[in-house]
Amino acid sequence: MKQLEKETDPKILQALLASRNDYTVEDALENEMIINMGPQHPATHGVLRLLLRLDGERIIGCVPELGYLHRGYEKMAENMSYYEYIPHTDRLDYISPMANNVAWVLAVEKLAGIEAPKRAQYIRMMIAELARIASHLVAIGSFAMDVGALTVFLWTLREREKILDIWDILCGARFTNSYTRIGGVANDAQPEALAKAKWFIDQFEPYLAEVEQLLNTNRIFIERVDGVGAISKEDAIDLGFCGPNLRACGVEFDLRRNAPYLCYNEIDFNIPTYTEGDCLARYFLRIDECRESAKIVKQILDKIPQGPVHADMPKKVLPQKDEVYTKMEELIHDFMIVNFGINPPVGEIYHAIEGSKGELGFYLVSKGEGHPWKCKIRSPSFNNIQCLPKLVIGHLISDVVAIIGSIDPIMGEADK
Amino acid sequence: MDLKALIPQKLKEKFPSVEFELSDYKDELTVKFDKKYIVEVCAFLKSDPELEFKLCSDVTAIDWATRKNRFTVVYNIFSLKNNFRLRLKVPLSGIDESDCSIDSVTKVWQASNWQERETFDMYGIKFKNHPDLRRMYMPEEFEYHPLRKEFPLMGIPGSLPLLKK
Repeated sequence: MKQLEKETDPKILQALLASRNDYTVEDALENEMIINMGPQHPATHGVLRLLLRLDGERIIGCVPELGYLHRGYEKMAENMSYYEYIPHTDRLDYISPMANNVAWVLAVEKLAGIEAPKRAQYIRMMIAELARIASHLVAIGSFAMDVGALTVFLWTLREREKILDIWDILCGARFTNSYTRIGGVANDAQPEALAKAKWFIDQFEPYLAEVEQLLNTNRIFIERVDGVGAISKEDAIDLGFCGPNLRACGVEFDLRRNAPYLCYNEIDFNIPTYTEGDCLARYFLRIDECRESAKIVKQILDKIPQGPVHADMPKKVLPQKDEVYTKMEELIHDFMIVNFGINPPVGEIYHAIEGSKGELGFYLVSKGEGHPWKCKIRSPSFNNIQCLPKLVIGHLISDVVAIIGSIDPIMGEADK
Repeated sequence: MDLKALIPQKLKEKFPSVEFELSDYKDELTVKFDKKYIVEVCAFLKSDPELEFKLCSDVTAIDWATRKNRFTVVYNIFSLKNNFRLRLKVPLSGIDESDCSIDSVTKVWQASNWQERETFDMYGIKFKNHPDLRRMYMPEEFEYHPLRKEFPLMGIPGSLPLLKK
């Protein structure tokens, strides 16, 4: 009650208490208003809840509330084997599950000292880049839809559908792929899948240009996002912005270049950066990254070597199903790995990849058992949402929607 | 000069009275020291012109369950200038609730704000001088800390009361 007395205009307070009705609109407008946005709001990309303090239409305070999608994945990781956890990584960033699969197996391989064969690494690189394109297409589409350009969303999702078709051929699933395995990938990439990927990349560029044309010449779109939600380079680093959002502020930080994993040092690609750090720069950057990723996939398809896709380490890497049914040795290994796990040596590692949203890392502590002693997911969306109050303060309430769309948070990984 | 040699040397010069325990596993450098010095060491690592660890990637904790110093707080920081990742590990002494605290590094890196809140929510470690130490994921009225080893995987029935109509 005391809080209410302090914050509310005495005339309105009196009116509320004594149900008087002689107050005017002007009296109400003098006050600040608290608005609850979400968790069930279509423009918050899932279950993000924002508490906004408004002065008229201008935002003077913002408190994000997380946890509506908290499923306790870190706790679950401590209670299951390293293999069992692969399907759960699909549910972190559900827009690019393939990239999460790659991140998890790379972390486990580093912990257990396994190296996947070259062909498997190239396949992983290909799926990670295709996942980045798919994720950016959704990000661009939904961002445009949030500010009112619905057509773009339909067009980019049509392109994404083609990537899902590639995954369908590759592993039989479209959304929750679970395609990678520790020490390799589930099955070798079929010639049809590679041909489809090649076809996709060849026809992708004109469609992307079409999307770009539609948005870049749209004055309503440009004026809604230009200069909105800008953040300086220093603030972005200090607040833990990551991925495309950080690069849009002028920081050339990309783990593919700064801490190369897989075979990225054999591939020629650029890291696009912008200096403005506003919503428009973040949109431009995603378009550029799609182009770069397409370039990378093209090179991968040219360079991909022949060979096995499983590391030859029978005590650590699951044998193929057909061998399990016909050979005694493989049956024993399958039994041991499934029931007792791969028991990496005692130690701790951190491995991060440049996911489509930013630095996606896993910190694993092993006590030499079949399951991790601790698993920490360093999720990019979590850190990106942390910057949201800084971005929205001072802008209009309608800009909040544009800003959320431009930083592209996925609540599945922010809430874990 | 190699950073793996430079960082320990610089730390020893700056803090002669502090004991730093170094380990290098799988090409990742870890520095372990007493929790009293956490803010000073972090501020030094961030501001030193040769090191510049400006990016705080992650703050988390490990619950060792039966060990004497039960919790260890882990900081994962990155230097954009040198392209180098460093892990700081700070054991918390004592097993009882009252000792379970450490100074917050939010003054050094703002990014650690939510990361510390998450660690508080999951492990019950109190970060002193934190500007807004609320739970990150679980509801405010929840009494437990889910990532502690004594918390069962299935949860505790009745710990999250549903609203009565």
